[in-house]
Amino acid sequence: MSGDISPPLALLAELTHRCPLRCPYCSNPLELERAGAELDQASWQRVLSEAAALGVLQVHFSGGEPLVRRDLASLVRHAGSVGLYSNLITSGVLLDRARLAELVEAGLEHVQLSFQDAESAGADRVAGLAGAHDKKLSVAALVREAGLPLTVNAVMHRQNLERLPEMIDLALRLGAGRLEVAHVQYYGWALANRRALLPTEAQLERATAIVAEARLRLKGVLTIDYVVPDYYARRPKACMGGWGRQFLNISPAGKVLPCHAAESLPGFEFPSVRSTSLAEIWYRSDAFSRFRGTDWMPEPCHSCDKREIDWGGCRCQAFALTGDAARTDPACALAPDRALLDRLREADAAAPAGDFVYRQIGGAPAAASGPILAPSP
Amino acid sequence: MNGAPQRLLVTGSSRLRFAPHVKFRHDETRGRWVVLAPERLLLPDDQAVEILKLVDGALSVDAVIDDLARRFEAPRELIAGDVVAMLQDLADKGVLAP
Ligand code: SF4
Ligand code: SF4
Repeated sequence: MSGDISPPLALLAELTHRCPLRCPYCSNPLELERAGAELDQASWQRVLSEAAALGVLQVHFSGGEPLVRRDLASLVRHAGSVGLYSNLITSGVLLDRARLAELVEAGLEHVQLSFQDAESAGADRVAGLAGAHDKKLSVAALVREAGLPLTVNAVMHRQNLERLPEMIDLALRLGAGRLEVAHVQYYGWALANRRALLPTEAQLERATAIVAEARLRLKGVLTIDYVVPDYYARRPKACMGGWGRQFLNISPAGKVLPCHAAESLPGFEFPSVRSTSLAEIWYRSDAFSRFRGTDWMPEPCHSCDKREIDWGGCRCQAFALTGDAARTDPACALAPDRALLDRLREADAAAPAGDFVYRQIGGAPAAASGPILAPSP
Repeated sequence: MNGAPQRLLVTGSSRLRFAPHVKFRHDETRGRWVVLAPERLLLPDDQAVEILKLVDGALSVDAVIDDLARRFEAPRELIAGDVVAMLQDLADKGVLAP
């Protein structure tokens, strides 16, 4: 019995946390999983079959860098054989012609390639790897040559937002059908680097105007995805389309999460595909039921007419900023904790950017993951 | 780069097909038709499904409208605008190609 719970639409399969890049806003958790803890090929294949049977339609192979896994093509092939539509989310630096041909032959449908900046010096500094940007340019060309649709994912922040027009031109030049202008979301590594990354209000207003102009000019040629970052928004985003409503996220070790950052929440026992079926987890686990729907909501959400639009925003952000995952997301202007977010934004946007804390196995230094409740000095 | 891509403008004489790597298929779990596309997943309503079933790369948009008008006994002028608008929207989203 599944009551009125709809089946999930998409699965985010985080095959590994290993990655040759070290982006300081990486959405992986501070405690990165080591290779030895990863699910093996047979387990992933079983999970893909279970996902398809549950009603999942699309699988996003992600990481870390999914190409680190030598069995990626066989997982793509398996996904296709059970009717799943395969998308690869990659940094590109491990992709070459032979590997791409193998993936195309296995039935890959789409590639989302990340860019750190529109020019190599800035991009390589953010990625923490010399030569990464030029490699990505050639990989984008390979993807288009292979006839696969390409999405350029551009993570934007204080240190590259000035080059948004160049980023849009780059996406066009590479033949992308879609550009995601993704403002950094402040969880995990990004939270540790917020001061170096948070854009100023003036930067943000300019960026929003540039996107509006480009969308008109490029209608039907390049689709541009853009969402104003939480710290400057008046309403929160419907994180993952609502907790336990559309997405399943599986960590490299097999933990099943309602969103990729959920492991940061205390008081949860996230079930594992090693011991529990996906159907059981989706329909009956405490982890997926806890914040599903609207019953759990505090005021002002519980009686708000937006509650089935944004589903109360992001639980991970509520926890990261207030210490309580069940509070209204402080990104909402109606939230009792909104003043907290405003203070953080003003203090960070006014402070010098400082150095990056790069992502690394072994976690962020203590200083970087220190108290976040207090506004930065 | 030369040959900058152009927006596809849908007219009565357009012959549309699904773009490469876009799948229009019936989903058993939900008992409805779905469109799977790069970074997109559409759940078209019954009306849209009837239109999309006629998208085959051979029929012109005019022929699609004729067919729908006949089968659903609807005045042609009444549905033509809706059909073109829907197809234009899907073309702009990269779901349909010439
Ligand atoms: S954000 Fe950067 S470091 Fe993190 S997985 Fe992606 S490419 Fe690797
Ligand atoms: S009060 Fe809650 S439901 Fe209403 S807009 Fe804010 S976060 Fe959304």
